[in-house]
Amino acid sequence: MTVTDPVAGDPTRRQHDLGGLELGPIDRHEHPRTLFEMRVDAMLMLLTHPGCGAFKVDAMRRAVENYSRLDYEQLPYYQRWLKAIRQLLVEQGVLTDEAIEERLALIRTRLESGGQ
Amino acid sequence: MFADGTLVRVLDHTIFGHCRTPLYLKGKVGEVVSLTGAWRNPETLAYHKPGLPLRRLYRVRFRQADLWDGYPNAGDTLEADLYEHWLAPAERAATGDLS
Amino acid sequence: MMSSHDHDDHDHDHDHDHGDHDHHDHVHPHAAIEDHDTVTEFHLLEQAMRELLIEAGVFSAADIQRQIERQEMRTPAMGARIVAKAWTDPGFRAELLSNPKPAITALGIDVANTPALQVLENRDGVHHVVVCTLCSCYPRMILGIPPAWYKSREYRARVVREPRVVLEEFGVSLPDSTEIRVVDSTADLRYLVIPERPAGTEHLDEEALAAIVSRDSMIGTGLLAGAA
Repeated sequence: MTVTDPVAGDPTRRQHDLGGLELGPIDRHEHPRTLFEMRVDAMLMLLTHPGCGAFKVDAMRRAVENYSRLDYEQLPYYQRWLKAIRQLLVEQGVLTDEAIEERLALIRTRLESGGQ
Repeated sequence: MFADGTLVRVLDHTIFGHCRTPLYLKGKVGEVVSLTGAWRNPETLAYHKPGLPLRRLYRVRFRQADLWDGYPNAGDTLEADLYEHWLAPAERAATGDLS
Repeated sequence: MMSSHDHDDHDHDHDHDHGDHDHHDHVHPHAAIEDHDTVTEFHLLEQAMRELLIEAGVFSAADIQRQIERQEMRTPAMGARIVAKAWTDPGFRAELLSNPKPAITALGIDVANTPALQVLENRDGVHHVVVCTLCSCYPRMILGIPPAWYKSREYRARVVREPRVVLEEFGVSLPDSTEIRVVDSTADLRYLVIPERPAGTEHLDEEALAAIVSRDSMIGTGLLAGAA
């Protein structure tokens, strides 16, 4: 069973269901959180707050569990979250992909012309 | 409804959606430590459903020696919080083996 | 009793984000806000989504800022205060074990709208170690954001199966006579460990005791000097 293939050995094992796998050393390096991380975290907390209730944390977990193996293993933690938040907001009709893409294009234009 | 101290077996099912019963506990036998309350079901909350009816959640304790082949310390244990619909009554035979 | 709110961490894994600092338990908000992060697609996505959500009235920019500040205030020092009080005040300790949130609120720590909390005492030969094998659930309301290693695949996979080996890697050696009890946070409960009070601390007051309580000891991956 290779380290990067948790499904090997039991085809019913989902990629997030890691208990018992024989993986390697634990990297204990820590770094201070970046502004990006804090903003994504704050966005999630606000969206899942009972007063807002855009979606439940359980839906976030489900979304991430269903990512491709590549995304699950290689996307950094907060990027996985942001991707899931986007997916769930679209699922729930709070935002549309079109609106998000349009805004992204606008932001890139602003950046290119020296603004933000 | 499982009383504290009851032996329970974790069901060895595979479901296709969101599941909070880890694979390493499926099919294993442990002892109910306590009922922690009744909660909305995460398996359906995950799909924007209300998660009703509430499900009872039990803290279950396992002997590590029952979970892993060759686990070296007889006294070590593991606890997890498991929903009632993942548990069934179990028995321990006179030899101490689990059925 | 229902809990559908606050969350805590949802998922897993390594944080590959940049930053090659030495260990910090605590982020100073001002330092981070002055960071000039590398602009990546994900940074742009976060900005786009935040702007759209603000325009849609889902939350305000002030809400985001307030939430960031609130989260930054949650650090292991909060947990350490709770531990120190549990060691010195038997009434508080009893409350903490049977109904933790009101006891913690009475200390001035706001835990409204957070997941249910359970407190685990390391005593009578039992040493608890907490994990979330399925994602990264952690008592954020008391300890702040979890360290990257807690969210790592390696920790989540190995600590349930070989806790003694993992603990050794963390510098924790326990005798065979100690029962190591791994607690997997598979549902909506979050767990805080009250470590064993080290010998030789009888003369210390609550504040001094709180200063010796490490974050890792409240997860179960650290021992306090003088213990065992």
